[in-house]
Amino acid sequence: MRYIGECAIIFGITLVGELLNAVLPFPVPAGVYGLFLLLFLLCKGIVKLEDVEATGNFFLDIMPIMFIPATVGLIEQFGLIKEILVPIVVISLLSTLAVMAVTGKTAELMMGKGKGKEGDRQ
Amino acid sequence: MTFVQESMYLGFIFTILAYLFGVWLKKKVGWAVLNPLLVAAVVVIGGLLLTGIDYETYNQSAQHISYLLTPATVCLAIPLYKQLHLLQKNFVAVIVAILSGVATSVLCIFAMCLLFQMDHISYVSMLPKSITTAIAMGVSQEAGGVVTLTVVCIMITGIFGNMIGETALRWFRIKEPMAKGLALGTSAHAIGTTKALELGEVEGAMSSLSIAVAGLLTVIAVPVVSGWI
Repeated sequence: MRYIGECAIIFGITLVGELLNAVLPFPVPAGVYGLFLLLFLLCKGIVKLEDVEATGNFFLDIMPIMFIPATVGLIEQFGLIKEILVPIVVISLLSTLAVMAVTGKTAELMMGKGKGKEGDRQ
Repeated sequence: MTFVQESMYLGFIFTILAYLFGVWLKKKVGWAVLNPLLVAAVVVIGGLLLTGIDYETYNQSAQHISYLLTPATVCLAIPLYKQLHLLQKNFVAVIVAILSGVATSVLCIFAMCLLFQMDHISYVSMLPKSITTAIAMGVSQEAGGVVTLTVVCIMITGIFGNMIGETALRWFRIKEPMAKGLALGTSAHAIGTTKALELGEVEGAMSSLSIAVAGLLTVIAVPVVSGWI
C-alpha cells in the first residue's frame, strides 16, 4: 500500500507540473515545475518526507538508465553532425570543463569568504 | 523477427542489462572512461547494429524508461529539501556560483565557435547545451537553432560531465561537497546530477538545484549573446 500512495503523490505532482507547463507561457519544463512544487509542499509540511521517500529514492536510484535511450538515439543524428563532429565535440568537452572549474571555484571562494562557512558541513 | 519487432520488454531489459554490464566493467577495470552510462549506450548501439534492429523499434520498448524521467526530476526535490538549510545559509554564494557558470558556458561557446568559424545556426544551437533538455529545446528553437543539434550537444556534454566529473573536480582541487554539486549540475545538467547523487546527498541536492537555476538563467542569457555570431 505504501508505494501506491507515494506514486499517487509523485505522479500527481508530475501531472500538475505538466499542466503548468501547458498553461503558463514560461519555458519551464514539467519536471522543474514539479520539483519546486514538491519542495514547496515538503517545506509547508503538507507532504511529509516519509510520504514520498521510498518511491522517490527508487526513481533517483534508477535515473541513470533513463538517459540511455536518448543517448542511443544519437546514432539517428549522425548524418546531421558528421561534418561538424570535431568542433562540436571539442567545444562541448572544453566548455563543460570550464563551467565545472569556474562554478566550483566560485562557490568555494564565496563560501570561504562569506558568513556561511560553518554551514559547509553538517 | 516479429517477436523482436513487437516485444515490449526486449529493449527495456537490454538497456538495463547493458547498464549493469557497464557498472560491472567499471568496477573490474576501474578506468574513469568506462562510464557505465556511456558503456551501456555503446553496447546498445552495437547490439542494434549487429542485429539490424532500427532505433525506432528499440525505442518503442525503451521509451518506457525515458517516460519516468519527469517524475524522477520531480523527486530531485527530496535531496534538495533535506539539504535546504545549506542553501539558506549560502544562498548568495550558490546563486553567484551558478551565474558565473552560466556566463562561462555561453562565453566559452562564443569564443570557440569564433575559433572554429561555426555558422550562426550551429552557434545558437550549441548555446543552451549545458542545461536540461526540456528547457534547452525551447531556448534553441527561440534563438533559431536546430533542436536536434542542441540535443546532440546536450547528450555529449552530460555524458562527458558524468564521466570526467569526479576526476576533473580533483584536478581543479574542488573539495567542498556543495561546490562539487553546483559544478556538476551547472556544467552537465541532470546527467551530471546522477553522478552528484552518487557522490553524496549534499552534492546531489546542490546539483539538482543547479539544473533549475542554470536552466532559467540560460533562458535569459542566450538572447543577449545569440546575435554575436
